[in-house]
Amino acid sequence: MPRAKCWNRRRFLHSLLVAGPSAVSCRRTASRYRFLTDAEASTLAAICDQIIPADDFPSASQAGVVDFIDIQLTGPYRYLQRAYREGLLQIDREAQAQFGRRFAELSPAQQQAFLEEREKTEFFRMVRDHTLQGYYGDPRHGGNHDAISWRMLGIPNPPVRGRDHYELERS
Amino acid sequence: MALKHVDAVVIGSGAGGGIVAKELACAGMKVVLLERGKWVKPSDCRKDDLRNQRTSVLGAPFGPDDERNPRVYVDLNGREHIVYPSRGAYHNNAMCVGGGTASYGAMAWRFMPQDFRMKSTYGPVEGSTLEDWPISYEDLEPYYEKAEWELGVSGDDSPNPFKGPRRKPLPMPPLPPNREYEILKPAALRLGLHPFDIPMLRNSVPYDGRPPCMRCRWCVGFACEVNAKNGTQNTVIPKALATGNCELRTECIAREIQLDARGKARAVVYYDANDRLQVQTADLIVVSCGAIESARLLLNSKSKLFPNGIGNNYDWVGRNLQGHTYAGAVGLLPFECYDDLGPGASIAVCDYNHGNPGLVGGAMLANEFIRLPYQFVQRVQAYVPKAWGKPFKDFMRLWYKRAIMVQGPVQEMPMWESRVQLDPKVKDHWGIPVARLSGRKHPHTLQVAEFIARKAEEWIREAGADPVFRRVPGPELSAGQHQAGTCRMGKDPKTSVVDPYCRVHDVENLYVVDASVHVTNGGFNPVLTIMAIAYRAAERMIRTHR
Repeated sequence: MPRAKCWNRRRFLHSLLVAGPSAVSCRRTASRYRFLTDAEASTLAAICDQIIPADDFPSASQAGVVDFIDIQLTGPYRYLQRAYREGLLQIDREAQAQFGRRFAELSPAQQQAFLEEREKTEFFRMVRDHTLQGYYGDPRHGGNHDAISWRMLGIPNPPVRGRDHYELERS
Repeated sequence: MALKHVDAVVIGSGAGGGIVAKELACAGMKVVLLERGKWVKPSDCRKDDLRNQRTSVLGAPFGPDDERNPRVYVDLNGREHIVYPSRGAYHNNAMCVGGGTASYGAMAWRFMPQDFRMKSTYGPVEGSTLEDWPISYEDLEPYYEKAEWELGVSGDDSPNPFKGPRRKPLPMPPLPPNREYEILKPAALRLGLHPFDIPMLRNSVPYDGRPPCMRCRWCVGFACEVNAKNGTQNTVIPKALATGNCELRTECIAREIQLDARGKARAVVYYDANDRLQVQTADLIVVSCGAIESARLLLNSKSKLFPNGIGNNYDWVGRNLQGHTYAGAVGLLPFECYDDLGPGASIAVCDYNHGNPGLVGGAMLANEFIRLPYQFVQRVQAYVPKAWGKPFKDFMRLWYKRAIMVQGPVQEMPMWESRVQLDPKVKDHWGIPVARLSGRKHPHTLQVAEFIARKAEEWIREAGADPVFRRVPGPELSAGQHQAGTCRMGKDPKTSVVDPYCRVHDVENLYVVDASVHVTNGGFNPVLTIMAIAYRAAERMIRTHR
């Protein structure tokens, strides 16, 4: 069944008429993510950006880490869907209770201190691991857009099969 | 329709099983080689940095799959966890044709003579089942040679004064040195150590019809794209199949081994790739499933003669589960050492394997395999105090191309309490009770680890590294990729599971050929020792059973 192209609203509606409702594979839902809601994604982005903040290179969310996590949550990490849903909710609840605002609305310093208090929790460790995977891992997994972290580390991209030798300095 | 009777069934096509299958087939015996996993080719793992045998966060492509193969892990607090191959304390190696040898780093170590006589050399260790092997280095030496030449090993251990004697040199020269080698060698010499080129089951020149290593960065954990890494799947198994005497059946998982009325092993009951139950009878049965799964299979094979599992009338099956505790150091050099040349690991010393004052055993020390970015993250997480925030981002930028890492596989003091059992509740997809892992490391193992980490630090500091972080593991159970010990070799049936030729005591035609039989596990990657033992056991099987 060919995907309905969503690049033009009129074409979209026309294709609906032509192919029937079952052809609709573009989801016009509230979230642009596969699993996360927009609210969850914004909380997650704020957490990830404390884990890998922006400097002269992108932050985690700027590099696509939230996309990575979202994609994997509908794949090999689907068993963690509940952990994310509950964990993100709890972060916002606790931020609300402590500061009267959602986590993403706190100042960076407040966010960092907040996470430092929770850095030994299972939820934080999980998000940290996933953030690192999404940032330093291969772009094919949905994060590390344009292999930006590899450029940051100074390694060649695309990764040539082996033969990218540097001059061996004889000591 | 019943399966045709064969001379031998070998269960497991890894380092041990692949060699036994080939030796028996070449001797004219009809062999069925059962393998629970599949053929995994380089095109299957596609250089995926998050889905390989080393970093399996997104899946374990070398098997087994998460869905059908849980285990149970009991932590230090006695809490049970259901664990899966790609996550948790599963202690996976691999389950595919070739087993671990299809994706390993391929270090090819002979144990040292003292490794076979740990108790005689050091005396008993309180709280440990430390014991001598019933065979010596000299018994195994010709078979180490056979493994080195038949599978193909490159390297140069001639500068190593601590090694056991060898009759023949290695068949292939070492790979040309990488930058880390050039940095670490003079530092080792200045410290009075004896560095040399690590022996590897890897072609450095064309060998056996296959090309040399292309020095890529996807080595340990991946299948080799040019087939220069030597495992059983690309050496002895094709030879076995070529004889016409060996049939390899993949995706077949053994459920139990049946005995006849006289106590002789008669058949392997297994589920085939379509989940159909099959019974394969044979005159000889060889179990090569790895230390965890071999013990599990024996425990699941109950009969009147062996109500607690074949070979387990004295409660030694599954005991003494051990692996290798890695200890080492990572340091920052004042210049780049990254040269993108695989395999990366290139230089080693054996100065600290034995004779360390006040300590039992020790470990080989070597530099680490080449590290993809996320692999590097995973490795340093064990060393640095806080792996997040701007400081860690800065750390990554500063360290990635300047980090030098040296570590070694510490020889563990075996523990009776560290063991594989059957879980009373959890079953796999086929309804077979799963392995239940429990135990811990012996305190002396941690003392040795601490010493080894300090020696690693000394070496890289001498090379110019500063700062340096050490890594010393915790007390939790050790097994993992170097799992061993669960079907100990020995002369006395009351304190061992197999005899010096790997034959299960009290069962005339059943053998266990993998690292389960290791009494102690040396301070080295164990695969070449598994291979040598396999050649030796196969020779005995042919003499006795053909």
